[in-house]
Amino acid sequence: MTTPRVERPGLYYPKLPATWWLRRPNYVRFMIREVTSVFIAAFLVVLLCQIRQVGQGPEAYAAVMARLASPGWVLFHVVALAFAIYHSITWFNLTGVVQVVRIGDRQLPPALIAGGAFAAWGVVSLVILLFFLRG
Amino acid sequence: MARTNEPLWWTLFSVGGVVAAFLVPVHIVIHGLAIPLGWIPVSHGRMLGLVANPLIKLYLFVLIALPLYHWAHRFRFILEDLGLHGFRTLLAVLCYGAAIVGTVATAVVLIGI
Repeated sequence: MTTPRVERPGLYYPKLPATWWLRRPNYVRFMIREVTSVFIAAFLVVLLCQIRQVGQGPEAYAAVMARLASPGWVLFHVVALAFAIYHSITWFNLTGVVQVVRIGDRQLPPALIAGGAFAAWGVVSLVILLFFLRG
Repeated sequence: MARTNEPLWWTLFSVGGVVAAFLVPVHIVIHGLAIPLGWIPVSHGRMLGLVANPLIKLYLFVLIALPLYHWAHRFRFILEDLGLHGFRTLLAVLCYGAAIVGTVATAVVLIGI
């Protein structure tokens, strides 16, 4: 998660090459996590285009479905899905750390909060999937 | 601008991150793979009925618009982290501006159906 930074004029920025994040696996994982947002946003733009075509009539809808069945678009959605799942996993893991839940004077362990978030994610996904499977 | 508005953008980033984490993967499976590849047949009539429903329009607005601010916030800092420190304000305006344009476009498409 990117922490908000206060604008400070004259703040010193060390000169780093643009490839600094390739130096350590940790940095690479950080960059992958940040880049997930690009794929998520790209999918949502494609989804909005799909919705627009639904409003244009059955032919337009059939055309956009045929185009999305092509290998390039299938590959895009498979990759986007992998990034989106990575975002969910990292986000829910952090939820347990960021969101402190107290019961009385005791604090729920972060793993339990993360576990609850993962369980809720599964239920929500299943409900949405069943909604479309219902026919 | 970046100074005074920071909490607003961070809140939108955070809420958008939650929406994306819970809802986006299953929607990629459904709309990116299952429906186009014919695993789940959904007729045009049913899809039109769904997107014409005001409650579902509201849901789709939340699903599409909020993660755009999540993207804007992260993408802004990706570019900064890659060395564009000198363009902080410009990057903020471009990224959050793109998210605002996306929000308006989403509203226009949904209202137009």
